[in-house]
Amino acid sequence: MNLEKVLFAFFSILALTLNYGFFIGEMDDPTHHNAYELFAALIVSLIATIMKFGDRAHIGALLLATSLVADLQLIAAALVWGLTVYGAQTELSPEAISSVVSLSGGALLANLTSVILLVVETVTYRR
Amino acid sequence: MQPVFYLLLQRMRLPLIVLIVVYAVSIVGMTLIPGVDDQGKPWRMDFFHAIYFVSFLGTTIGFGEIPYPFTDAQRLWTTGVIYAAVVAWLYAIGTILAIIQDQGFRRVLTFSSFSRHVRRMQDPFYIICGYGDAGSLLVRELTERHIQCVVVEKDPERILGLKVADLLEDVHGLCDDAADSGVLIAAGLRHRCCRGIIGLTGNDHDNLTIAITSKLLAPQLPVICQSDTGDTAANMDSFGTDYIIDPFDIFASRFALLFHLPSMYLVYEWITAVHHAPLSDFKAAPEGNWILCGFGRFGRAVQERMAAEGVETVVIEAEPERTGAPPGTIAGRGTEARTLLEAGIDQAAGIIAGTDNDTNNLSIVVTARDLKPDLFAVVRQNQQRMNPVFEAAGLDLVMQPATLVARYILGLIVAPLLEDFLRLARQQDESWANLLVSRVAGVVEDLSPQTWDVEISPESAPAVHDALSRGREVLLEHICTRASNRDERLPLVPLLIKRDRGDLLLPEMEEPLREGDQILLCGHERTTRLVQHTLYDAATLEYIQTGIDRPTGTIWRWLTHA
Repeated sequence: MNLEKVLFAFFSILALTLNYGFFIGEMDDPTHHNAYELFAALIVSLIATIMKFGDRAHIGALLLATSLVADLQLIAAALVWGLTVYGAQTELSPEAISSVVSLSGGALLANLTSVILLVVETVTYRR
Repeated sequence: MQPVFYLLLQRMRLPLIVLIVVYAVSIVGMTLIPGVDDQGKPWRMDFFHAIYFVSFLGTTIGFGEIPYPFTDAQRLWTTGVIYAAVVAWLYAIGTILAIIQDQGFRRVLTFSSFSRHVRRMQDPFYIICGYGDAGSLLVRELTERHIQCVVVEKDPERILGLKVADLLEDVHGLCDDAADSGVLIAAGLRHRCCRGIIGLTGNDHDNLTIAITSKLLAPQLPVICQSDTGDTAANMDSFGTDYIIDPFDIFASRFALLFHLPSMYLVYEWITAVHHAPLSDFKAAPEGNWILCGFGRFGRAVQERMAAEGVETVVIEAEPERTGAPPGTIAGRGTEARTLLEAGIDQAAGIIAGTDNDTNNLSIVVTARDLKPDLFAVVRQNQQRMNPVFEAAGLDLVMQPATLVARYILGLIVAPLLEDFLRLARQQDESWANLLVSRVAGVVEDLSPQTWDVEISPESAPAVHDALSRGREVLLEHICTRASNRDERLPLVPLLIKRDRGDLLLPEMEEPLREGDQILLCGHERTTRLVQHTLYDAATLEYIQTGIDRPTGTIWRWLTHA
């Protein structure tokens, strides 16, 4: 058992599950989408990204790319949230929350790809 | 740059994760702890304010408690956050500094910047492995002739010496083992501009590895290696090392000339001298009995050559059995009067101090001169930094392996014909050498002449090539005439014309040139450019030949024709 691999798989899958938890629910209902969950998804995704830093294997580079995409999507979602509430000084409207949720949906797809790649890597692992 | 970047990222993984975790926990904590707003109503910090607050707190800027004054619970949490954030930042910055300080990282960094510089080189260059006495002298001589080189040296002190050396060209040096093939490739072994590789590491085995590596990876490149022992030399020779240099053998063969062909010795000295060296004086070694101290590689080579010249030598050696000294050898160092007297110093004509210890060599000569002041003293100087001491000792002949090797290699690089010339000169007699010495002395001042090659080809002598292809005859004297005054000869001596149908040693000025001729010239440094000009410029060549200053422009030419 390789501790590095365990930790990386843990963070990748946790990023996916947290992201899914935030994503699930009515698209335009702010009560279905918790800010803490988005924050947790973002932090876990960032950690997963850093864990792939400096990996020179081809699959490592792909994993780094997918988790960078997830980070970007989640940061964009958080920015949209912050800008509507504090930038425009308005209540969180159904339009705004649905845009946040759809951005996190994109991140969900990226995280899913990460996990699929992880599975592929595990299957082809020969030691 | 790629490997450096990956290394940095890899080492930064943990500090970055720690930083993110500390920030995440602090931010979540700030949003969870209840506070009160300015009207005393319960209030909780949101993510936006929490991120803002922790960001300026973590970097110890501290704008104060915003947007409302904190409760005691919030202050307690903030205290914890301050320490955690400072520790996390110190850890991250400390790791970056440690990576920068790290020997391995620095090595990767210097290696990649070195190979990047080498990759970008545009001009022909030589790889010099070893920046010792011979290497540094060679680099200086090459850069003074504007020939690029790249240096690989194991000793960091010497690489430092290269960095502070005041050279005319930018020379890149790498502190690494030249016996490593990866290092040689980084130094440009496969570079299209690489012209040759020179092994002067001071270690026969390393030189051998360099020779093998370059012959396998870049077979077309000439390899020049120093070798101090016979079996390494034979080994190098067996896989096609182009030039194997044994300084002791070179010295011994030249030294032997001093007995019967002293002018020939002078020819060798002058023609292979370093840049701006003062012209050495004529000297001849006295015949009679000689004393040779030290029977190592040097002593053995000298003794063999002297025996061939018919000169008797008495050998003094500290360990006669181990070195295989000839019978009749006197055991001792030679630094004390007793052994020297035993060797018959009062009857001797000259002494050769040839041990591998400079101090002992000096001591031998000083003691010997005390016993017999008019001795001809020949001393082996092993280290270049002893120069002032050896100069002050007033010796007749000093053998410096480093200078000898550097001069020899320089000749191979700047004037490849020199070797042919010296080989042919060897078959001539002393009167021929006298003639040559007087000719050379006539064209140079008090500094040693330069020798260089000229090839009659479309690339290196377009004007001459053009004239020859039009059926016009060009004589050797034409390229040796001053363009500003066609009655005046340039101060130079043509040493050799190498052509397919036989070589011409010391050709006459009336010799017609042919396509493909290689000419070895010898003269003052200034004349190299003047000859170059005549070789390139058709109008100059025609003026020298005919005395007519023909117009070069098409219209003017047409007008003069009409």
